[in-house]
Amino acid sequence: MFKNMNKKTKNSLITYAIVIAVYIIVEGVVLSGNMSSLLQGLLVPLCTYSLCAVGLNLCVGYLGELSLGHAGFMCIGAFSSAFFSVVMKESIPNDAVRFIIALIIGIVFAALFGFLIAIPVLRLNGDYLAIVTLAFGEIIKNIVNVLYVGHDSTGWHISFQSQQALNLEADGVTYINGAQGITGTPHNSSFTVGVVLILIALFVVYNFTNSRTGRAVMSIRDNQIAAESVGINVRKYKLLVFTISAAIAGAAGVLYAHNLSTLTALPKNFGYNMSIMILVFVVLGGIGNFRGSVIAACILTLLPELLRGLSDYRMLIYAIVLIAMMLFNWAPAAIVFRQKLVAKFRPGKEEI
Amino acid sequence: MKKKVLSLMLVASMAAGLLAGCGSTSASSSSASSSDSAEAEAADGEVFKIGGIGPITGAAAIYGSAVRNAEQIAVDEINAAGGINGYQVALQFEDDEHDAEKSVNAYNTLKDWGMQILAGTVTTTPCIAVTDKTAEDGMFQITPSASSTNVIANDNVFQVCFTDPNQGTASAQYIAEKALGSKIGVIYDSSDVYSSGIYAKFKTEAEAQGLEIVSESAFTADSNTDFSVQLQSAKDAGADLLFLPFYYQQAAIVLKQANDMGYEPTFFGVDGMDGILTLENFDTSLAEGVILLTPFAADATDDLTKSFVAKYEELYGETPNQFAADAYDAIYIIKAAIEAAGVTPDMSVADIGTALKEAITTVTYDGLTGTGMQWEATGEVNKDPKGVVIQNGAYVSID
Repeated sequence: MFKNMNKKTKNSLITYAIVIAVYIIVEGVVLSGNMSSLLQGLLVPLCTYSLCAVGLNLCVGYLGELSLGHAGFMCIGAFSSAFFSVVMKESIPNDAVRFIIALIIGIVFAALFGFLIAIPVLRLNGDYLAIVTLAFGEIIKNIVNVLYVGHDSTGWHISFQSQQALNLEADGVTYINGAQGITGTPHNSSFTVGVVLILIALFVVYNFTNSRTGRAVMSIRDNQIAAESVGINVRKYKLLVFTISAAIAGAAGVLYAHNLSTLTALPKNFGYNMSIMILVFVVLGGIGNFRGSVIAACILTLLPELLRGLSDYRMLIYAIVLIAMMLFNWAPAAIVFRQKLVAKFRPGKEEI
Repeated sequence: MKKKVLSLMLVASMAAGLLAGCGSTSASSSSASSSDSAEAEAADGEVFKIGGIGPITGAAAIYGSAVRNAEQIAVDEINAAGGINGYQVALQFEDDEHDAEKSVNAYNTLKDWGMQILAGTVTTTPCIAVTDKTAEDGMFQITPSASSTNVIANDNVFQVCFTDPNQGTASAQYIAEKALGSKIGVIYDSSDVYSSGIYAKFKTEAEAQGLEIVSESAFTADSNTDFSVQLQSAKDAGADLLFLPFYYQQAAIVLKQANDMGYEPTFFGVDGMDGILTLENFDTSLAEGVILLTPFAADATDDLTKSFVAKYEELYGETPNQFAADAYDAIYIIKAAIEAAGVTPDMSVADIGTALKEAITTVTYDGLTGTGMQWEATGEVNKDPKGVVIQNGAYVSID
């Protein structure tokens, strides 16, 4: 059965199998009590960044457009869902129900913003588009940083100035406190939730790229003029991919927000640094290769933590390792070397 | 097909290698760190394991390094003097890059090492994320310098420094009391919890004290390299005192640019300004006359300060700042609390935590950053702020 299967289906099944196998192994180790607290604490961030990388890879690998604003979509997903969770903490005491609604809100908001931003942005392409998405990512972060939302007996108050400008009554609660962000988000993210989200995201992107729509998208990537000439609606497909990609990043944001009790939009977590970091995951893992994105995101998130033993030289070594990995994976000479190595072990079969 | 199997195996072996790598790294790092500390061979249950977290890399690195150095000095002193109740103390410090997520990772790393008490974290935002984890584990936590009130929301966390609201209020009172200026200009970092927290309270108290704020302008972490617009607006408004509630890196640029445009108000900073004299490539003559509200002055003449400063300068080649002093105090406060509670290292983390958080409210501590320091059960500290002015490149107390 396996032999006759479509190559792409096989590829996707292998990826699901890897994710599930890793999940089972990790859960087993956790249950047996052999996993360090550090690694247990890292499980959710690993899922977060893997999700993000999968989302961006859809945009970069299949639409062929570089987006440098994905941290912005993550930010929207994180803030909208965390806001909901904090406000509804009392009204919906059931964690599972509240988290699922928060997840949907985060994804929908990120998708909505992805869609709105894509309308002007996708008139451009190539480098121009990348720069404009970078700007939008920054705009999102900066707006979140000056947003103040509070609630008291007289209703909701919103300000873009300062916490005092909300003019809350004595019983008022400030939910979003500008740069101080949201505090007290409930801890609802878990490794299980993260893995389920990754599986869903992979399922969506694999089926999408393998569908009629996906082939239309790839034809646009390969030659936009030719695609237009055969009647493919370029704008529609571009919007679609960008929106899905933003939605997946939004899901990652939800996961991020519900893993930490404090949520602030700093350049470090939602700025362009993070957008570029996500792009690094995608490029290291292979453009258009979702499995690679997940693996690269995991390795690059784990690496700085595993290098803690080096104390002061940690970040320096991290950068060097990153360069070495990039070279090993993608330098033409390294690729030839790897092919030779494979050919040595398996003579008689040509490698591509 | 075969290729698929091969790639699958490769991935599996990579993953296995990765996990194996994790195991060995954590094991080796913990052994390396305990051999660093003086009491390498002491088994669990015979030493108090104190952890520290703070930024040693990145923009806020100077604070984390100061805290790490000072904590090490305090721990070494305690060990040399026979430890706490006869038990030696081991210290391990982890980097958090001033990031909440990384800080939780650092906390988990320390937990793997066997930390029983946390003397951290250094900066506010990461600290809020970590307090959540210490509350879960019931661990006793004392932060040298994370100053937001959100930090002490849980009952297991205590502060050595002032809370932001207290600092803002104290600054306004201080300016009014000493009549340092009547027309006040403010520049603050709206993207920073610390800065906007202080400013919010400063504004409220300034109004109550009858001080006039003539200009207020904000910047963010993305636009913190040019302050000419903000300075011009303060100058145009005729501000004779400029309140700068933010960190010293930006303050250095403000001072430089104010000097370039010939604007010479009185500059008034808070404890984040501390560190400006040790900033590389900064002309310290620009900082002449700058007033800071900080609980610690390195030129104080009491014996404790003198011996600490001498030791710090000898070991690390620079004058300790207020963060170092807070951290040094934090370790001794832990010592005082342990002595008051009579806990032993073989107790569980949660038991130690429960005992210490009750004991600390009974402790009265005289240290580098204040005398007669006492703690509320809420975690806030009671002590008086000190004003210092920079003269000839050094802090001089103006009280």
